[in-house]
Amino acid sequence: MENVSNIVLNVTGVEKTFGGLQALSNINLQIEEGKTHAIIGPNGAGKSTLLNVCVGRLAPDSGTVMLGDETLTGKMPYEINQLGVARVFQTPEIFPELTLMENVLIPALAKRDGQFKFNPFKSLLGDKKIHDEAMSVLEDLGLQDQAQRNAASMSRGDKRRVELAMCLVQSPKLLLLDEPTAGMSRHDTNQTIEILQQIKKRGMTKVIIEHDMHVVFSLADHVSVLAQGAIIAEGTPEEIRGNPKVQEAYLGGAHL
Amino acid sequence: MNNKTTQKDLFLMLAFAAVIFAMPIWLEPIGASYPDLMQKFAIFGIFAIGFNILFGLTGYLSFGHAAFLGIGSYTAVWSFKLLTMNVIPGLIFGTLLAGVFALAIGFICLRRSGIYFSILTLAFAQMSYNLAYSVLTPITNGETALQLTLQDPRILDDAPLSGAGLPSTELFGVSMSGLPGFYFCAVVLIIAFYVSLKIFRSPFGLKLAAIKSNQNRMGYTGFNTRPYLLAAFVISGMYAGLAGTLMAVTDPLAGAERMQWTASGEVVLMTILGGLGTLIGPMIGAGLIKYFENIFSAFNENVLHEIFSFLPEILENLMVFIINPFVGKGWHLTLGALFMVIVIFLPGGIMEGLSRIAKWVRKDRSKPTGDDMGTAKSKPSPGEG
Amino acid sequence: MEAILIQILNGLDKGAAYALIALGLTLAFGTLGIVNFAHGVLFMLGAFCAVSVNKILTISHKIKDESVTLFDAYKEIPYLEIWWGDTGTMIIDYSVPISIIFTIPTMILIGIAMERGLIRFFYKRTHAEQILVTFGLAIVVQEVIKHFFGANPIPMSAPEIVSGSAPVGALFGLSDSMVYPWWRLIYSLFSVIVIGGVFAFLQYTTYGMVVRAGMADRDTVGLLGINIQRRFTIVFALAAVVAGLAGAMYTPIVGPDYHMGMELLVLSFVVVVVGGMGSLPGAVAAGFLLGILESFASMNEVKQIIPGIDQIIIYLVAVVILLVRPRGLMGRKGVMED
Repeated sequence: MENVSNIVLNVTGVEKTFGGLQALSNINLQIEEGKTHAIIGPNGAGKSTLLNVCVGRLAPDSGTVMLGDETLTGKMPYEINQLGVARVFQTPEIFPELTLMENVLIPALAKRDGQFKFNPFKSLLGDKKIHDEAMSVLEDLGLQDQAQRNAASMSRGDKRRVELAMCLVQSPKLLLLDEPTAGMSRHDTNQTIEILQQIKKRGMTKVIIEHDMHVVFSLADHVSVLAQGAIIAEGTPEEIRGNPKVQEAYLGGAHL
Repeated sequence: MNNKTTQKDLFLMLAFAAVIFAMPIWLEPIGASYPDLMQKFAIFGIFAIGFNILFGLTGYLSFGHAAFLGIGSYTAVWSFKLLTMNVIPGLIFGTLLAGVFALAIGFICLRRSGIYFSILTLAFAQMSYNLAYSVLTPITNGETALQLTLQDPRILDDAPLSGAGLPSTELFGVSMSGLPGFYFCAVVLIIAFYVSLKIFRSPFGLKLAAIKSNQNRMGYTGFNTRPYLLAAFVISGMYAGLAGTLMAVTDPLAGAERMQWTASGEVVLMTILGGLGTLIGPMIGAGLIKYFENIFSAFNENVLHEIFSFLPEILENLMVFIINPFVGKGWHLTLGALFMVIVIFLPGGIMEGLSRIAKWVRKDRSKPTGDDMGTAKSKPSPGEG
Repeated sequence: MEAILIQILNGLDKGAAYALIALGLTLAFGTLGIVNFAHGVLFMLGAFCAVSVNKILTISHKIKDESVTLFDAYKEIPYLEIWWGDTGTMIIDYSVPISIIFTIPTMILIGIAMERGLIRFFYKRTHAEQILVTFGLAIVVQEVIKHFFGANPIPMSAPEIVSGSAPVGALFGLSDSMVYPWWRLIYSLFSVIVIGGVFAFLQYTTYGMVVRAGMADRDTVGLLGINIQRRFTIVFALAAVVAGLAGAMYTPIVGPDYHMGMELLVLSFVVVVVGGMGSLPGAVAAGFLLGILESFASMNEVKQIIPGIDQIIIYLVAVVILLVRPRGLMGRKGVMED
């Protein structure tokens, strides 16, 4: 990476073992501002572990994760979010009992209020600004008509959109997506790709973990291939497509 | 929509106040309009409304809130003994001290969640109860319960006339027994309800509901959930303390049995019976439980025979035979059975039952709006009435 | 030295009761995922099995007391004594140990009824709901027992031959004046046998294997096509039997009343938490440990230093353990950590 100044996420020398199993060995990753970076690899390659290390769910045995000038390693998930990292989970993590509007209001409040603010006498409904903010994100994702609906009653694909809205309303510096199209129909997948392409135009930096090569090649500017806890190849989608090492480890030619 | 909801809240507030103040009138036909009972309605209403802020909003089930009730009572009685029979200082000190204890106990208990949290609160409540009964006797007067005596200093009050009996609690000259006592409790209840309403409608309240819905998500959304939970715990502890002081106001006596964990269980039932996480559910639950406790406890075999005397003798005897174990001293049996029935069949409580009926009447199932009360099972959303 | 030994002994029987109740609680919790607040009631029901057996054995015939000549006096003589003479007297004397024969099948039935009738509907509900519904059940059962047996403790006695005290002092080569009631020693021994039996059952039978596997990983065992439902019922019945036996044999130590179970339950939950949720050895160890600790805390020497410590020691230990070691003494990683 020649231009160091616009590196958003910098992972250096991260190692993680579970029992005797080396889940991550000497991972180095630099993610540039505004780029969409895909991490691919076979099952058990350590993709989710890497993501969990980035958001503070797991502590690495060694190595550091930096967001700009801030060290993320050793911080709690909520501190990492406050620094500007938002995450979409593999299975949608939303607030099922609340309405869509409330689902989006909460992360908006997190952005505005910080990690803790005691305001039991402030009226939420009277706060027009934050409602407008949430509504505009819902509109972006085509959910505005369902704002008062209970999130539990949504389809899985829609829940994923809700979760995406929850992340977008915070305008994070870095958006992490863990298999955003897992378990989706072709139609929903294409819709999600479209949405993600729109976000890309706004210049939000993203890391995507994905199985579906169609999604990866539609979205990614840069691909890292993870196998058995190590990065075995890096490059543009075209370079990865042509890399025999990658094909051997994971892709198995036919899929491309 | 914002305006509409604000108006609805205003209406709710006014209606609530009107219903509470009018209790002596509308409770008359069902024989529950005497002050002692109405005071209980108000006091346990406060207790349940406060408990609901913790359990209803955040989903953290505390089995130790009776301890705060006891602390409130003891503090108030001490205030009556040492300072003045005026209820205001007792009220303030009792609530504050309960808050201080809730802060300390909550700080420790909230390091764990789920069943561990419940057991930690239970452990603290049992400790308080056991201590109140044994070592703390100089403060709590142990088994005999803390009472007023003629020798109490009451430094802020004028010396009583010699020969006069025990003084009664008062608010700037108005004695707090009987109907005035009820009205005082009613005013406090309405304020307590208003505060609860404000909390439900605030960003703070929404965050609490979100913690119940998905605490894991809250962390990744940038919230440090522990201070929120602690705040909810302290608020509900202060409500319990407030209820405790009012118990002492209406009857200046404080005993340790008030702190027992079964008393904590009772407030859980009230909240669930009425409707967990709803605004007025806990009040309804508290009222119903105290009402039926009062009615059922008064029944005995003879009364039952009288009630069923219109039936043929065999049927009369059968009915009495079936119902008798549930009334009088058997009130606890009814309470336990009620507990089970509610948890099994109507986890959303009476509020859910009402909304189901309302829906059935309207036959309006096509519109799943968030405005409906209890669209989801025990929905904790602050958007409910 | 003597003082220490006597305190350990004093704590043993109570610890044994804690251990037995906690064992059943842990079984139900570890395999079934059920937080059973009605478990104490099972202990109480066991105790009332013993009471019932005693009542049945002593059904009496009223006859005229010939030794009183001044007025007509009547005395009651149990039928057993009328029919079988001294053998009958002996059977009545041994009513508590005999009641075990009756307690086991009764508790199995109660356990099955409870699991099939109520508990199974709550496997998928939240812990809070489980707590609440079983709490309600506990109140109902208590009140029913109160209705039939009254509110007062019912005195029960151990067989004559073990009603005295064992000269434990002499046994250990210490002072002869140091004695300890036989029955309490027997109770501790009995509990060790029951605990051993449960562990053997879990270790050496296929049922036990499934239960252990279930405690380790419930979801996977379900996927293996094993009829989990039936196993669950059996585990619950086993837990009920253990609690019931603990209750039946406890009757000569403390006369049973309808709320004895609830008091022990709160403590037993604390025991389970200290031992580590889902750990059977943990539950047993913590039971004995806390029983003995409680007994030490009630020594006058200790109470002088920290007044009231005997009242709160168990809870205090639980709080400390939960805070520094949330998994408990022997809890496994990943079992109900949150």
